[in-house]
Amino acid sequence: MAKVTFREERCKGCGLCEIACPKKIVVIAKDRINQKGYHPAIITDQDACIGCAFCATSCPDLVITVEK
Amino acid sequence: MEVFKKTNGLTDAPFHYCPGCTHGIIHRLVAEVLEELGVLDRSIAIASVGCSVFSYNYFNCDAIQAAHGRAPAVATGAKRSMPDNIVFTYQGDGDLAAIGTAETVHAAARNENITVIFVNNAIYGMTGGQMAPTSLPNQVTQTSPYGRDVTLVGYPIKVSEMLSQVEGATYIERVAVDNVKNIKNAKKAIKKAFQNQIDKKGFSLIEVLSTCPTNWGKSPKDSLLWLEENMKKNYPLGVFKDRTKGDE
Repeated sequence: MAKVTFREERCKGCGLCEIACPKKIVVIAKDRINQKGYHPAIITDQDACIGCAFCATSCPDLVITVEK
Repeated sequence: MEVFKKTNGLTDAPFHYCPGCTHGIIHRLVAEVLEELGVLDRSIAIASVGCSVFSYNYFNCDAIQAAHGRAPAVATGAKRSMPDNIVFTYQGDGDLAAIGTAETVHAAARNENITVIFVNNAIYGMTGGQMAPTSLPNQVTQTSPYGRDVTLVGYPIKVSEMLSQVEGATYIERVAVDNVKNIKNAKKAIKKAFQNQIDKKGFSLIEVLSTCPTNWGKSPKDSLLWLEENMKKNYPLGVFKDRTKGDE
């Protein structure tokens, strides 16, 4: 099963991962902020992840690691 | 099994780039290619002036910070004195296409065996969004608030097209990093540019269309759309010159 982890403290909340995700399960968490003061990206449904790594490929800040 | 993890080609220093700036993606592609080709330990990055001035903090190899626009000249010296090292420059459009035009054209004309990564975002990023030589006709910037008037300030410089006319240049390609497919294509192009250097084939330049959400005044997502709709019309993607096939 695919597993996506976010180094949340590096995230700048740009949302490029959000538009890259074909399953629409990577979203920007509007209800909290990280240390930098941005809304970080999170995954809403880990089980639905197909491990395509599109989110990680689109991330400019090396936030995302994908395992399968 | 890890499908995607951070490459060893980059240090763990967090990028100073604005949210949504695609510099980070291009840094990563270059670093991944260096690692995959096994040349990381003998690579020398030549940092430019502009937003990418701190790229020496991020690439996990030796680096030299060149004077504004002079990265290809510094790279020439580094490569000629240490021909076994892999030397590449990482320059923006304000650096390469404005103050550094002469160095770029002449490095290409001499067919220096170096790799140039040219990041084109059609604006001066670091200095605050002034009009660049690559700004599009009618593009609004800090110094062209009514849009770039081509009758007054001329037309954008198309670096890839221009350098494809230089006899010495070996490989010229323009790519973009606005979606996953294009990011993968960009990586292929960058890999080819470095392979050319390893094979001693000569001057390779990869122009990468990039976004500048902050100075374009758009969200990161809208910036990608603007790149797709406007940048690509003026700057079509593709291979402009390839002398590696032996058909020229």
